[in-house]
Amino acid sequence: MSHATGTKYLKGGILPHMWCSGCGIGIMLGALLRAFEELDYTTTDTVVVTGIGCTGKADDYMITNALHTTHGRALAYATGIKAYNPRLNVVAIMGDGDGVTIGGNHFIHACRRNIDLTAVILNNLNFGMTGGQVSGTTPPQRYTSTTAYGNPERDFDICALAEAAGANYAARCTPYHGWEMKENMKEALTKKGFSVVEVVSPCPTHFGRHNEMKETPDMLHWLRDRAISIEDYRRLPEAERTERLAIGTLVSRDFPDFNTQYELVKARAQKG
Amino acid sequence: MQGNHAIAEGAIYAGARFYAGYPITPSSEIAEECSRKLPKLGGVYIQMEDEIASIAAVIGASLAGAKSFTATSGPGFSLMQENLGLAVMGEVPCVVVDVQRAGPSTGLATRPAQSDIMQIRWGRHGDQSVIALCPSSVKECFTLTVTAFNFAERYRVPVVLMPDEIVGHMRENVEVPAPGELEVVDRKRPAGPPADYKPFKADEDGVAPLAAYGGEYVFHVSSSMHGLDGYSNNDPANAAWRVKQLHEKIDRHRDEIVLTKRFGTDDADVLLVTLGATTRSGRAAAIEARRQGVKAGVLQLQTVWPFPDREVAELGRRAKMIVVPEMNYSGQIAGEVRKAVGPDVDLRQVNRYNGTIITPQDILAVMLGAK
Repeated sequence: MSHATGTKYLKGGILPHMWCSGCGIGIMLGALLRAFEELDYTTTDTVVVTGIGCTGKADDYMITNALHTTHGRALAYATGIKAYNPRLNVVAIMGDGDGVTIGGNHFIHACRRNIDLTAVILNNLNFGMTGGQVSGTTPPQRYTSTTAYGNPERDFDICALAEAAGANYAARCTPYHGWEMKENMKEALTKKGFSVVEVVSPCPTHFGRHNEMKETPDMLHWLRDRAISIEDYRRLPEAERTERLAIGTLVSRDFPDFNTQYELVKARAQKG
Repeated sequence: MQGNHAIAEGAIYAGARFYAGYPITPSSEIAEECSRKLPKLGGVYIQMEDEIASIAAVIGASLAGAKSFTATSGPGFSLMQENLGLAVMGEVPCVVVDVQRAGPSTGLATRPAQSDIMQIRWGRHGDQSVIALCPSSVKECFTLTVTAFNFAERYRVPVVLMPDEIVGHMRENVEVPAPGELEVVDRKRPAGPPADYKPFKADEDGVAPLAAYGGEYVFHVSSSMHGLDGYSNNDPANAAWRVKQLHEKIDRHRDEIVLTKRFGTDDADVLLVTLGATTRSGRAAAIEARRQGVKAGVLQLQTVWPFPDREVAELGRRAKMIVVPEMNYSGQIAGEVRKAVGPDVDLRQVNRYNGTIITPQDILAVMLGAK
């Protein structure tokens, strides 16, 4: 059996990509495109919506339909596309800045609305493109280019936020676990309702450099050593959970999605 | 019918089938009307989490093939500016209604103003042009909304409709045009082989055909500087071409876009330059002035941007005096009129910025005070 490569969705002639060595975005993109291929997605019926930042450059490498938007607003654009044409596969690719920092309001409302699209959030724990500043997912007391003495704030747990706000699906992955990531992407893409795939990623250039993980593989090893399947994580005593990163399918449920609910609204309006 | 309702009806007449918005006084009746009408027509009404999201959803829906719009007022319009820039850059047809209220900031939330004129023209970062239309009656709320959609579709641009609160909330009898009575324009669609489609390759008229997501044409739209194919392109020559093209697209169609109305201007010694609600006070003032032996006429700016500079210059240079009534302190229209007619013309301003309308008496006092 041949394995999906996802290359049929890649724009020819522009590789190698722009991301730093050791970055997880390329692996994230590879997993997503393999998932597209295994699901037989067509370029015509797929729309990729990106935000701004390192991750926001992803559409440049893809030959599906694409809308490269403004910082933090990808989900709002994606909502307009999906609400008007429910037939389309709509995927928003964002970083942690886009997804839950400047775009936090759109994120929780997309979850609440449970609109049938997939948000892929590459969480590299800082603002990579602008030079490694603190973000809404930088862990407390970690160092960045704007928290030279440690981060005084807490970080968002993206999957817990998605669950609390009403999303149907949330999974967490790391680039160390590429096959699992692709499987989670497929689950998310096929899940009716709002789905989130959080990819916790190395950023050796910025986050790693400031946090004693200077060498390219250091952060990947750090993620490998902390990662634990959600099933095993749930069996751990509370005290042992703090330093671990639960990966896998964290949330999967079936609340009605926006478009299905809106069809009821239309039917009522057209009857009256 | 109320002005705001006429805007919703005009939008639907023009083919709008997608509305995304966030409630704000004094524009909310437009949202309410769309929430009732659009689902009946198979369209979509969606209330977003803020105005930033509203204009984003409008742009997304437009690229999925909808004629789409939103309505707001000054504070919400401020929030929309960044994403409105994407509609300019990505050449996405859409309409934004800014029912103007008195500021600054929250200001007088229920009272009228005409003080967003410059924010509509220049409020976004970066160098760009925009089309903006201003109705002065309920009937014009309907007809200029149709025109706004037509311009948006024809030139692949966002168009701002900028009634003031008075016109938005005014009630007048309107005969709704029958289907087919007013022209309705749809965007040009690509026709060639899908593999050859370039979403930013303009035709002779300066406007490129626009496909819709989900059809046979696959395409990229980007807020970043991009080439003919919509992919990022940072080359200086490409950037220069883009910025120039975005301006020229509007400039070369300037005469089709600039709409004005003239009332008794042929022999006018005194020219009133008006927009929105001040057109009504201006016309009453001109009639009264003529009764008192002063030949006054009114030039109403239905199109505010691009500014009708030639029309103002043509009539203004023949007049002995120009009077510009506008509901703001800074004379946003008067400044443009001055640019159009030069320094030697007797130009007088009538400004109100307290949330109340400029009366005919206010205008007459300035106009006749000189006699």
